[in-house]
Amino acid sequence: MTTNMQLAPSTGAPQPAPSTDAVPQPKQRGRGRAAVDVLVRTITPVVLALLAGALVLLMLGKDPLQFYGDIVYYGLAGNGWQNSMIAMAPLLLIALGLIIAFRGKLWNLGYNGQYLLGAAIVAGFGPDILVSFPLAIGIPLLAIMAIVVGAAWTIIPALLKAKYGTNEIITTLMMSFIGVSVTNILVKGPFQDASVAVPQTRELPFDGMLPYIPGTKVHIGFIIAILMVLAFHFILKRTSFGLRLDVFGASTKSAKHVGIDARRMTIVIFVLSGAMIALAAAIDIMGLWGYLRTNWNPAYGDKILPFVFLARLNPLASIPLVAFYAVLATGGTIAAQASNLSVDFLLVIVALILMFMTIIEYIGMKRDLGQSYLPQGLRQSLRLGSVGRKKQ
Amino acid sequence: MNRADLHAPVEGAQNEVLVRLEGIGKVFPGVVANDDISLEVRRGQVHCLLGENGAGKSTLISILAGMQQPDSGHIEINGARVAISSPRVAMDHGIGVVYQHTTLIPTLTVLENLMLGDTGRLPLDRKGAMKRLKEVSAKLGADINPNALAGDLGLGQQQQVEIAKAMWQGSKVLILDEPTSMLTPQAIAELEESVNRLKAEGLAVIFITHKLREAYAIGDCVTVLRGGRMAAYISPEELSQYDEEAAKKRILEAMFGDDIDNVSADQAEELAGATRAGQDHDADAAASRPVVLELRGVSSHAGRMEIGIEDVSIAVHAGEVLGIAGIDGHGQSALAETIAGQRSAQKGAVLFEGREVTKLGVRARQRLGLRYVTDDRLHEGIVGDLSVAVNLVLKRIGQAPFWKRGQINRSAVQAEAAERIAEYEIRTPGADTRAGTLSGGNIQKILLARELSHDPKVVVFHKPTYGLDLKTVHRVREAVRRFAAEGGAALLISTDLDELVELSDRIAVISKGRIVGEVANDSSGTSERVGELMTGSTREPSLA
Repeated sequence: MTTNMQLAPSTGAPQPAPSTDAVPQPKQRGRGRAAVDVLVRTITPVVLALLAGALVLLMLGKDPLQFYGDIVYYGLAGNGWQNSMIAMAPLLLIALGLIIAFRGKLWNLGYNGQYLLGAAIVAGFGPDILVSFPLAIGIPLLAIMAIVVGAAWTIIPALLKAKYGTNEIITTLMMSFIGVSVTNILVKGPFQDASVAVPQTRELPFDGMLPYIPGTKVHIGFIIAILMVLAFHFILKRTSFGLRLDVFGASTKSAKHVGIDARRMTIVIFVLSGAMIALAAAIDIMGLWGYLRTNWNPAYGDKILPFVFLARLNPLASIPLVAFYAVLATGGTIAAQASNLSVDFLLVIVALILMFMTIIEYIGMKRDLGQSYLPQGLRQSLRLGSVGRKKQ
Repeated sequence: MNRADLHAPVEGAQNEVLVRLEGIGKVFPGVVANDDISLEVRRGQVHCLLGENGAGKSTLISILAGMQQPDSGHIEINGARVAISSPRVAMDHGIGVVYQHTTLIPTLTVLENLMLGDTGRLPLDRKGAMKRLKEVSAKLGADINPNALAGDLGLGQQQQVEIAKAMWQGSKVLILDEPTSMLTPQAIAELEESVNRLKAEGLAVIFITHKLREAYAIGDCVTVLRGGRMAAYISPEELSQYDEEAAKKRILEAMFGDDIDNVSADQAEELAGATRAGQDHDADAAASRPVVLELRGVSSHAGRMEIGIEDVSIAVHAGEVLGIAGIDGHGQSALAETIAGQRSAQKGAVLFEGREVTKLGVRARQRLGLRYVTDDRLHEGIVGDLSVAVNLVLKRIGQAPFWKRGQINRSAVQAEAAERIAEYEIRTPGADTRAGTLSGGNIQKILLARELSHDPKVVVFHKPTYGLDLKTVHRVREAVRRFAAEGGAALLISTDLDELVELSDRIAVISKGRIVGEVANDSSGTSERVGELMTGSTREPSLA
């Protein structure tokens, strides 16, 4: 998947003197044109997925307009918008964690394990810590503990990648499976609530949960998430670290050439990525759920993945896309029940987005390169064939 | 060699046309690579294809080889119109190509490499292959050991195997793409011999080169390409009337047309591939100047399939160019990277102005004035997705004045970019253009601008002119020369002997990661002596 539009840093106002004798260039597009192009390429897959989803709904005998209308209604109207914002909080941070890793071309797919371990730490130690410390200390302390564990869980893949170049897709996935299992062991074992028979942790004290944003029922985790996204947007776009990360992501060869310590960079990226994902877990448990059961896995990362790419790994651009998914998920869950559909239908839409995005990107790339969509040999044979026929 | 013999009229039906290209055109985004090119390739003839880099030679060859399809025009083989829609089709038509870069698999034996092209039968036919190899090597007049690993062969031998591979399926047309560009003078002579034998066997040969001397010595007829068009066709009859000087003049005129007046004598000589006598460098004066860069017994090992360096000791004085000659892949990358700090030395010491810098990283060395112009300019030297401006400061990320308190200072970066773009005449639509969209020559200018600005003291130039057009080649060589003239210490690593002889004060030869000798470039015959060192150390058996 390509991120090249994104990686080219949009440089500010002062324009250099244009060279007088420009060589023939492959299509140079104006900035406005390029921005429109990116927007089109971002929105088209979503629209196409919704249309294809509508066809499926029709085949199932449901009214697509009714269903989509319900999604918007339940996702935004009434308390819907507040629920959507609550859903956005962890999603934004996980998207950010993925963006950091993916910009460095490190495919951290261990988000489920990183998330759940962070969640287990908060749910396990939260009830004691929030009671024994003032909230102003207890909440940050729990968040830091989660971050440390989430980051630590990426260390083995990071070291293996840095030292031996081991494929991180495999190692992070493996570590994720282990992480999910360890979480279950922790919840059934040391963190088990002794007062109930079902395998789950004790609940956090209600007044120990994250406070609401005044005037709403949305916890401040939403604001934390937005601030983190903005902070990392600045870091990635404007600082030397951000540029180094992009150079590293573009080519490890170039990174070495310009003196970037590739091993250190690999570890830093993994740690930051795992930290953001675990922070998502911390605010999700402290803001929304309050406890953890075994075999519970919201798998946020799987669902947010297409939107991370649709945002072209741009933190700022991920906000509206995450908002879109949050509305889809919040409103969609209720809408699916209302029209007697499986909730998994929402995943069908997400998958369709991913599929159409790949197609649109492919076509877009081909167009950028000025090539035909047909494989060259086939095109030639077709043309020669038609020439031959005319002659006969 | 007696020209009259070589170009004696061939007998029998040998003059029949095997391949005819008719009005071939090919357009890439922004570039017309081939425009209405027509040529004939006849049995028993060597058809030379000449032209600068970018004149469209490679495109034409990839069309013949089935790698590209022409946008217009057509190809006839034995009088029948064909569509060469894939390399397989090209092979079936008896077109064999020897590419400029080796396509052999180094870990397989020669025989296995040759058998890779075999199709069909599941059990490998080793015996048949051995027989076939005997036939082919007899035709080539080469002695090829079938059981040697391809990676262990010298470059000249590898090329013989490449030719054998191209002829494996019974080729009738053999295409050689700049086959001499990395060979020693001795190996070139052997290659010429093989080509002449093949010609006598009735094969048609397309010989691509940019050296006039070779075109005259080997070719029966010459087609000159310029800017994607046919600039001239010199028939065998016409060519046989010329002596060497007249032929060179005729070809040069065709290559440059009206620009001929703008081509300096130097450039013409470069093109002619003449091995010039060493320049009148004052070697003693250079030796008396201080040593700026010194390697003392440096060893640096590298990972799989790559040669490191072993116990290398060299010294570069201020104001001199030390050339490093050697067959590609004999430790040049390890040498350059160890000096630049991209690779750590396991043994020995790297000294910069007498101070040990062995433990310093790339950034620290860069700041001291130790610079490296890499050979992999596209994938290592620049980041294609980043702008020209950012690429120009790529080695100074985080440093003032381009970064202030960790934050990029866009106006400083833009100012630097504007200055460098003007100074090095980098042709780009703007400083914000993605660097990857520029031509190879302009990308090289970005590297030069970056490495040669802000007080450079030692610069390692790694194959700095490889694959560039003639004007840029000239400019790059000028930059190397000027850098040394201004007191810089230059290390020039190249596989182009002519280039080394033209620029260097001394030439050291690297082979299998070791420096095997050094030649002062002070009299004629330098390239022959360097060639001897290169072949002597790789123990290439004489095939002649």
